Amino acid sequence: MTTTPTPGPNVVVPAADEGAPRTERKLTRLEKRAIATKGRLSSPWASGIAIVIAILWTIPSLGLLITSFRPESDIRRTGWWTVLTGNADLTMDNYNEALYGNSNDLATFFVNSFVITLPAVLIPITLALLAAYAFAWIKFPGRNFLFVAVFSLQVVPLQIALVPLLSDYVNWNVNGSYWTVWLSHSIFALPLAIFLLHNFMKDIPPSLVEAARVDGAGHVKIFFRVLFPLLVPAIASFGIFQFLWVWNDLLVGLTFADPKYQPLTVAIAEMAGSRGGDWYLLSAGAFISMIVPLVVFLALQRYFVRGMLAGAVKG
Amino acid sequence: MTGVRGPGTSTTEKFAVMLVAIALFVVVMGLILFAVDRPKRIPSWVVALGFVGLPLAFLAYGLVRPGLITLYQSFFNRNGTEFIGFDNYVRAFTEGQFQHVLLVTAAWVVLAPLLSTVIGLGYAVLVDRTRFEKLAKALVFVPMAISMVGASIIWKFVYEFRPDQVNIEQIGLLNQVLVWVGLPPQQFLISEPWNTGFLIVVMVWIQTGFAMTVLSAAIKAIPDDITEAARLDGLHGMGMFRHITVPSIRPALVVVLTTIAMATLKAFDIVRTMTGGQFGTQVVANEFYTQAFRQGNRGLAAALAVLLFLLVIPIIAYNVRQMRQSEEIR
Repeated sequence: MTTTPTPGPNVVVPAADEGAPRTERKLTRLEKRAIATKGRLSSPWASGIAIVIAILWTIPSLGLLITSFRPESDIRRTGWWTVLTGNADLTMDNYNEALYGNSNDLATFFVNSFVITLPAVLIPITLALLAAYAFAWIKFPGRNFLFVAVFSLQVVPLQIALVPLLSDYVNWNVNGSYWTVWLSHSIFALPLAIFLLHNFMKDIPPSLVEAARVDGAGHVKIFFRVLFPLLVPAIASFGIFQFLWVWNDLLVGLTFADPKYQPLTVAIAEMAGSRGGDWYLLSAGAFISMIVPLVVFLALQRYFVRGMLAGAVKG
Repeated sequence: MTGVRGPGTSTTEKFAVMLVAIALFVVVMGLILFAVDRPKRIPSWVVALGFVGLPLAFLAYGLVRPGLITLYQSFFNRNGTEFIGFDNYVRAFTEGQFQHVLLVTAAWVVLAPLLSTVIGLGYAVLVDRTRFEKLAKALVFVPMAISMVGASIIWKFVYEFRPDQVNIEQIGLLNQVLVWVGLPPQQFLISEPWNTGFLIVVMVWIQTGFAMTVLSAAIKAIPDDITEAARLDGLHGMGMFRHITVPSIRPALVVVLTTIAMATLKAFDIVRTMTGGQFGTQVVANEFYTQAFRQGNRGLAAALAVLLFLLVIPIIAYNVRQMRQSEEIR
């Protein structure tokens, strides 16, 4: 969203009197911005508040991160800030214990999170792409009504669907497997996915689709040859959304997955409940569950922001 | 690698199941598209059905139908055998325990969006066009990538309490700060009603990044002509903020507020992880979980789920109304 300031037509370049530059020469936009910025920075209160917020938003995670590398006995005795004053005894033991320990075994849950997440991202994206294409480019009876219906399903809280779905899964004897978790995640993702991808699809010039149609391309061909390449950024945007949502989800994993198939979030939440004082485990466990989303998020932040803005502002 | 292992629990098997599922899905989708694409003269609604059929079936089965069942069940007793009319709803609104839950939920839905939006907006304005804008934004933005469970653990550690005795040092930062300034340490998560406030802080910590990003984009979209004209008229600092910035980004503000309010209403992770709903911190979303899966009271759980849905409606109505208004102005 950053636009480079270009001199507009209202910028008068004093060409005639180059030899004697007048003091009230109109400033270029760039200069005005520079002045405004300077004015802002020079206000100590403003920068002070900004710095305080930045610190408040960083310190809690930093504290737990440092803690996760400290020996168990140190964690019990002193605060993590003592590391900054020379008490810097660091270890990877906590991570080892949390990942492969006798009663913790987070490595297994890490695998579960991964196995749950991948299909639960791919399936709804594919389904939503097809639906969004139909809603955007195929004329069929009831199209607008159905689109509005799908769009408004976004606001339905998951809680409303949990118990009936669960009793179905139990009746069919498929409860607790990955399959029901995938299915549930896919269903719950569809309204937002269809809405977002439809928004992006509508932004593609109709002439492109028309041209392909005139050339005799069918819908499937148009979709894959013309639209899909243009939609890659949009797909990435929603993909990150859905990835973070599924990986970080607690409710669906807790409700539908058997203990042996539960994701990391559930395991960590259980740990916080049963071993609430064992900070050497909790701190390492928390970061084990965060590392993948953090890496994905930081690497693909651009797309995430784009998707967020498309969802928030257009909606 | 230890732990109890049944069939289908080794890592290889898990990945195999995953790959089978993906392959199966690809084959099914491929068949549908292939069938739809072949003959030239099939009516467009058949093609459309090929594209939207499966997604719509998913939604009808997995959201619409269960929603209706839940609505139906909310009029029945705890195991669904006896019709009891509105009794579950009456109970949720009149019994002291549930009234308290509603009150706490209201505090969440009002405070979390307001605080996140105010802080996010202030921060976006403060760092806008400064040298450190990118870094400054990234710092506040990162909590969005973290699960609410993870965020809860991070903050639980900040609030950690150790008894106030001579040989015991505080290991939670907030209590250490209290000790440094000479105050006695507090049990932040236990003392009512402030503990709810300390839980809301976690939600604000997560959502501020969202507010900041959307509002920052809206601020950057304000045409330069407007800010320049205002500056020529002598507006700057707070005046500029109040008379130019805030009115220009009003639609974005409404979207941010309502989006966070809805997310807050449904979120149960923070309360569940940090206090388990004890010490008077229970909210509707977590009470639903407790009633449905711990107490086994289906009727009441259904009523609470319906209540969650009903509480979303005024937020959306407000959103839609504001959007209409801003469109009329345009």
